[in-house]
Amino acid sequence: MAADWEPIAQLASRVQAGSTTATELVKRSLKLIAEAQEYNSVIIDLSASALKRAQLIDQQVARGETVGVLAGVPFIAKDNFLVFGGETKAASKILSGFIPPYQASAINALESAGAICVAKANMDAFAHGASTENSDYGVVKHPFDQTRVPGGSSGGSAAAVALGLAPFALGTDTGGSIRQPASFCGVVGLKPTYGLVSRSGVIAMGSSLDCIGPITRNVSDSALVLDVMSGRDALDATTIERDEAGYFPIKKTPLKKLKIGVIKEYFSDQVDSDIRSTLEASISKLKANGAEISYVSLPSTELALACYYIICPAEVSSNLSRYDGQRYGYSNPQATTLDESYVTARGQGFGKEAKRRIMIGTFVLSSGYYDAYYKKAMTVRTKLINEFETAFKSVDFLIGPIAPTTAFKIGEKSQDPLQMYLADVMTVAANLAGIPALSIPVGVDSLGLPIGLQLMAAQRQDAALLNLAGAIEDMGN
Amino acid sequence: MSHKYRPTIGIECHVQLKTKTKLFSGANNDARNAEPNTLVNHIDFGLPGALPVFNREALQLAVRAALALKSEPELFSTFDRKHYFYPDLPMGYQITQYDQPIISGGQVNFKLDGQAKTVGITRAHLESDAGKSTHPEGSAISLVDLNRAGTPLLEIVSEPEMHTAAEARAYTEELYLLMRYADVTEGDLYHGNMRFDVNVSLSQTDELGVRSETKNLNSFRAVEKAIAYEIKRQSELLDAGKAIIQETRGWNEAKQKTVSQRTKENADDYRYMPDPDLPPLVIDQAYIEKIRAELPNLPDFWRKELSALQLDEDQIQLLLEANIDFEAIGYMALIKAFLSKVDLAKTLVNWLVNIEIPLMRSSENSVKLISSARNQLYSDVMQLSKSGQLSSTGAKELITKLLMEPELPSDITSFAEQANLLQQSDQNEIETIVKRVLDANPNAVKDIQKGETKAIGFLIGQVMSQSAGRANPELTRQIIEQLLK
Repeated sequence: MAADWEPIAQLASRVQAGSTTATELVKRSLKLIAEAQEYNSVIIDLSASALKRAQLIDQQVARGETVGVLAGVPFIAKDNFLVFGGETKAASKILSGFIPPYQASAINALESAGAICVAKANMDAFAHGASTENSDYGVVKHPFDQTRVPGGSSGGSAAAVALGLAPFALGTDTGGSIRQPASFCGVVGLKPTYGLVSRSGVIAMGSSLDCIGPITRNVSDSALVLDVMSGRDALDATTIERDEAGYFPIKKTPLKKLKIGVIKEYFSDQVDSDIRSTLEASISKLKANGAEISYVSLPSTELALACYYIICPAEVSSNLSRYDGQRYGYSNPQATTLDESYVTARGQGFGKEAKRRIMIGTFVLSSGYYDAYYKKAMTVRTKLINEFETAFKSVDFLIGPIAPTTAFKIGEKSQDPLQMYLADVMTVAANLAGIPALSIPVGVDSLGLPIGLQLMAAQRQDAALLNLAGAIEDMGN
Repeated sequence: MSHKYRPTIGIECHVQLKTKTKLFSGANNDARNAEPNTLVNHIDFGLPGALPVFNREALQLAVRAALALKSEPELFSTFDRKHYFYPDLPMGYQITQYDQPIISGGQVNFKLDGQAKTVGITRAHLESDAGKSTHPEGSAISLVDLNRAGTPLLEIVSEPEMHTAAEARAYTEELYLLMRYADVTEGDLYHGNMRFDVNVSLSQTDELGVRSETKNLNSFRAVEKAIAYEIKRQSELLDAGKAIIQETRGWNEAKQKTVSQRTKENADDYRYMPDPDLPPLVIDQAYIEKIRAELPNLPDFWRKELSALQLDEDQIQLLLEANIDFEAIGYMALIKAFLSKVDLAKTLVNWLVNIEIPLMRSSENSVKLISSARNQLYSDVMQLSKSGQLSSTGAKELITKLLMEPELPSDITSFAEQANLLQQSDQNEIETIVKRVLDANPNAVKDIQKGETKAIGFLIGQVMSQSAGRANPELTRQIIEQLLK
């Protein structure tokens, strides 16, 4: 049974008040991590630096200093965040042994508020995947059924939170990589508006799509973590100002008169019937509580997936160019020529999925193919953005499933990359449009596997999105 | 050179912008005296997770460059990634402006052998430089210095509108002056602050021939020589009935020839794509106007200012270059202060061109005088010359001596006196010497009395020599003529 944690704000205020200590919380988290090794959700140990930070925070408290809203709260970061105290390798062999000389802005923000990173979570290498089976350090096992995947690519983070190894974890979401594993594992996963959290110090996948967000046990915790790490960052030119009013505490919005649009295309018969019926029950409850429900069409939904699998690999192929074995990470000291050095470092260092995406990306950017693929995909992206804008003129929020299935069996889709890509059909649109979206658990299927509900809002409506999610949480299942 | 073919030349110039920090990182941009790999941060090194952040100072310089090129900067421009693998390119791509550059259009005007020429500018774009690779001879290793990685460049692309090596050289020289005067670059050619790639093709028709591109030339002389070499090489190939292949060549300074580096067949596909880390550059008209108002005077402004002096092109070029190289002195402003009297200004230019500037450029660093003292120095020397106390030789020596003083002496006349530079203008003293010279040269005296006035010059020379060069030559002439009447 998963370990329990109090709400994050409460934990921090207890540390500040002296009724518990940072050291105690960190030790508890480290102990739980050690006991849950069989799930393989954590791949890098940061216990030494975490205990040192905990001690410093406890000394601050003892001196009567105010530490911050996350005082002493342990957390786990996905392994694509650069964090001091250990390796950062994005679960890829090509970065094995890489010790970051600087730290992600998001980590700095959380540390400034008193949070302590205790470990790094397993993931699909370079965040390429939807099952965590693409990790070079072994698959993560689902917290409720070890024969199943936890989703991906932030599978380690979602599993760790579901297992209660820490009160919260950080993930990254390029095409659903926070929301889908959160949905599979029955926890809350937030992908904020593009640019709301700095990408500086986070290993890039698709730079125009990548978002950083929390995975938590409840909506309020997500709001608090977002509140701490959001806003403009001089190290990331794509960041935006945070809401002046902030994101925490969430405001209990009355559901009455909220206009919620159900995305028609997301309820096709390719979505498991258990998922459809669970969501329909949630929608009925919303209606019963006074929300105005309507049905909204996003005709470009299917095109969005195709367009995502052009734009994303294009950016991946570009972003992975720096891993060339010349300055850091995996290299081949036996190579006798420059070409051999490149070919062996990248050939041996990258896994299958990274190579597949590099090949696709290189192809769609090649002269003669650029217009037919990349440029056309960018046009579709604009069309999709327009469809969302139109939709948000008539409704405040959009609602739908996260994925067509609940957690699937390990190995079930790993031999068929296309099947794996198709599972992203309902999550990629939010990334292409840069809008905030989250996953909140609303039930289980006939096997007892969690089902997540996806909520989306217009750009910069993150606060409203969290408020609504809070209300849904309160409705109960 | 064969005249059967008409050469066409286009030039790409990489201008290193004089920003304090790099184009996309906070690392120091001035690598001229730095140890290798000391001016490198996580962005320049291409560490995982590092993001480029645009340096607005480079934008300001690009706008200045646009105005100097008689162009208007684009209000909206974007950055793209250009991909290739090389150890001095840490991210595996260069950030450049491929699709929508900051400058479209423009022109450079200059004179060549008295004729006005105009070369159009196709475009100019911002981009980051790569690091520097060196391959020590006889060694199996290569060295990479990333100090230069991320340095901001403005690549200025000319229209293929030049037709001789001399014209191309004149274009690059004027471009250099424009970029220096617009205060866009340090313009240190030795350190590669401006590098030129020259495209040369030959044709007998209106259609352009196949071109070669000779890259990385870092002097005007190399530009001229490489083009001349290419014209000759391609002419010979065409004469022999052979085809020109499109290729990239390099200039071998030691052998004074271009050498093939890469042909089109193995050219890279750069897979350009918009850089998702960098939002578009958006500027407004007010921003441009502010920069326009603060734009320093350009070479043409000074050419106009000095037009009354009717100087030749070489003199103006020399002054324009010295003016910018020794900015603290400000030669143009100095000359301008004397312009109300054209003959004085001409004298000043003469002294600057023949005395001061060569001294300033000599490697001995003998000039010590503070910059602000120039006006006083030249006014005083002119005064002494005008009053006849100083010969032209004396003036030259006095200027040279004064330039070596850290400050002007309080009394220049007594300084000149002590240095034995003043002319002897005492009638009696000169007369004494003249009489002595006349006595010693009876033949010359006879010649003069016969009407051969040439001999007067000889006698003046003798007087000058006996007075150690100090006798006022005009006064000496008058006395000789009077005594021999």
